[in-house]
Amino acid sequence: MTVEIRIPTVLRPAVGGQSVVKADGETIGELLASLAGEYPAIAGQVIGSDGTMHRFVNIYLNDDDVRYLSKLDTKVAEGDVVSILPAVAGGSDSLPHRQ
Amino acid sequence: MGVLKISRELITRMISHALDEYPLEACGLLGGDAEVAKEVYPARNDAASARVYTLNPLDHLRADRAAEAAGHGIIGVYHSHTHSEAYPSQTDVAQAPDPGWHYVLVSLKRRYPVVRSYRIEAGTIVEEDVVEL
Repeated sequence: MTVEIRIPTVLRPAVGGQSVVKADGETIGELLASLAGEYPAIAGQVIGSDGTMHRFVNIYLNDDDVRYLSKLDTKVAEGDVVSILPAVAGGSDSLPHRQ
Repeated sequence: MGVLKISRELITRMISHALDEYPLEACGLLGGDAEVAKEVYPARNDAASARVYTLNPLDHLRADRAAEAAGHGIIGVYHSHTHSEAYPSQTDVAQAPDPGWHYVLVSLKRRYPVVRSYRIEAGTIVEEDVVEL
């Protein structure tokens, strides 16, 4: 089935500048494989060389973080929306010298 | 030099959020178009720490949707430094997710809050002007 995938700004250059793309698959993993087949530049930015999700990317199926579902094996259904979001973190734990 | 254009109201909301969360770091997202901030979206700091923050992913998703519904996008992130200057830390630089974003720091180190904005690309920090709308 075809499912809509929302792409964050940082990854849009890898998909021709689009904010939303469509991909085919029965699971999150299949969708991402389909996406990577069409847009090879996005391949390594979402899935690591070990085949698991990058820790600095969050993937949502509708309102649910797929890490708390079945990760890449999470099933998708017609009408679902998948959102890829960059993990956002930081902090003040160390301060570089001002240039 | 780049610029972040933002209203005093939105700046005040970021400072208020930082003060509310003190002594923990506060974080949130900026919605808008390119260099113009139109909204701030406070988020939960999953790290619940005075030294680091991890922006709650579900809050990120909700902010992303809200920005889109308003006809905008997410253009940056803000967070507070409770005991250090409004300058990106090595952690901020290492974990900056998007070179196109504005990185706003709210420092509570001094008597009055200090708000500054930066671009972070490939490990390079460039401060930009914060212009009140």
